Amino acid sequence: MKLEVKDMSYRYTAKGRQILKNFNLAVDSSERVGLTAPSGYGKTTLCQLLSGYLKPDQGQVLLDGQPLSSYQGYCPVQMVWQHPEFAVNPRLPMREVIHEGDEIEEWVIQGLGIEPDWLRRFPTELSGGELQRFSLARALGKRTRFLIADEISTMLDLITQSQIWHFLLEEVEKRQIGLIAVSHNPELIDRVCTRKIDLRLQGEEK
Amino acid sequence: MDEKRVKCGAGSEDRMDSPAVNKLSGEKEPVLKIEHMSISFTQYDRGMRQVSLPVIRDLDVEVHAGEMVAVVGSSGSGKSLLAHGVMGVLPYNAAMDGRITYCGEELTRERIEKLRGREIVLVPQSIAFLNPLMKIGPQICKGDKRASAREKLRSIFKRYELDERVGNLYPFELSGGMNRRVLISTALMEEPKLVIADEPTPGLDLAVAKRAMAHFRELADMGAGVLVITHDLELALEVADRIAVFYAGATVEEAPVQDFQDEDSLRHPYTKALWRAMPQHGFHYIEGAQPYVKDLPAGCSFAPRCPQCGPECAREIAYRAVRGGKVRCVRGK
Repeated sequence: MKLEVKDMSYRYTAKGRQILKNFNLAVDSSERVGLTAPSGYGKTTLCQLLSGYLKPDQGQVLLDGQPLSSYQGYCPVQMVWQHPEFAVNPRLPMREVIHEGDEIEEWVIQGLGIEPDWLRRFPTELSGGELQRFSLARALGKRTRFLIADEISTMLDLITQSQIWHFLLEEVEKRQIGLIAVSHNPELIDRVCTRKIDLRLQGEEK
Repeated sequence: MDEKRVKCGAGSEDRMDSPAVNKLSGEKEPVLKIEHMSISFTQYDRGMRQVSLPVIRDLDVEVHAGEMVAVVGSSGSGKSLLAHGVMGVLPYNAAMDGRITYCGEELTRERIEKLRGREIVLVPQSIAFLNPLMKIGPQICKGDKRASAREKLRSIFKRYELDERVGNLYPFELSGGMNRRVLISTALMEEPKLVIADEPTPGLDLAVAKRAMAHFRELADMGAGVLVITHDLELALEVADRIAVFYAGATVEEAPVQDFQDEDSLRHPYTKALWRAMPQHGFHYIEGAQPYVKDLPAGCSFAPRCPQCGPECAREIAYRAVRGGKVRCVRGK
């Protein structure tokens, strides 16, 4: 499968800053692409546009040639947010958070190191690193074709970061899920990605 | 590049050596010395039954004047409690044990209440700790309206490249990075001898995080003892003099920052595992997770994940001095 961005422009308000201008990108589901740029260059905005949370002012996001908005029901492009504490419903026990996903397989839950005991708890009773494992599991549903990972490991210690990335890389390889990862850590991007894009160069790929 | 310069600037040589000299001559006491600190919470289990959760079991750390020490541990390991314990602001259901000495004298409840906010300051984790309804200027001056306070405020603003107009603004009118500088400024109004910074760089991009850390480095270079609590080992390595590694409620190793250049100079298997997990050092990982406080193993808490674990690891492990650092492992050498 292929995720494409064609000539996309975006700004938050009519007179606001032009965050993306005529941006182009094409990612195959066999690829792992790293996005880098300093704060304020629109990395998270781009992630939201790619996964359908925002609509571009101009241009399109295409999945296999079809506009992303034409996919009904489950969105095959899933985003994992930087702050898991804002990405889970505080009133749902963690078991329900998993059920929000698309038939999450048992091996995903185990592979991410989610303890059975955590399923009974509520989001406020878990640490950021523990919550992030749930957000990742939720995004790895059966029909997921692309995973957008926006700074998913900044709150983790080094060993957990490595553990989770190793699992993710194996999983996306096995299921042919395309990965787009945002990180401030250049060494991490070099490790996990097959290709790098710097947003400062606005769409012209290196 | 600025950060590096701050670290290697004038005085860094004798700073590196001073703790060792202090220990030998015994002249100068550490600013802060925490021995066998433990903090536990009482929680209701079922009905009226109470259980005690030992979140911190055995924490030892020392901070000398002019030195920056980082306590590094994974998120959710309860290391923020260390700061709250020293400042005496633990919640009502927490109990603390152990010995805290400040400048050679025990830091009692009465003493910390007098000293906090003056000689001992806490830079909290989140910019949400600023009062949203108070202008920045009065907030940093803590209501002091004297000319000397205003003068001091001006010099602090200059130091952190904040415009003087900022004093008349509210926290919501500033960017995240500026608010963070304001938080650090609140610590500077008095001349602190001990600064405790709790996770000062969450969610900041690398350049900004480095700059924030450099501000704390400056405080240390001015002569204060600085204790930074963080989960970001890579960042801590850039600025700190010594690193204390915290795992499952106890400090497992204390090492000078130079020892992190090479895996072999580290002492504890958990620290070595952290080192190997860095993307630039192979990105290796070990199985399992940090044990939950309710089901800690007897003896070494790292034993279930340790490649060199043996029968002797099931006993209580002493925290001992090894090669200018400390380690809580029977095999550490």
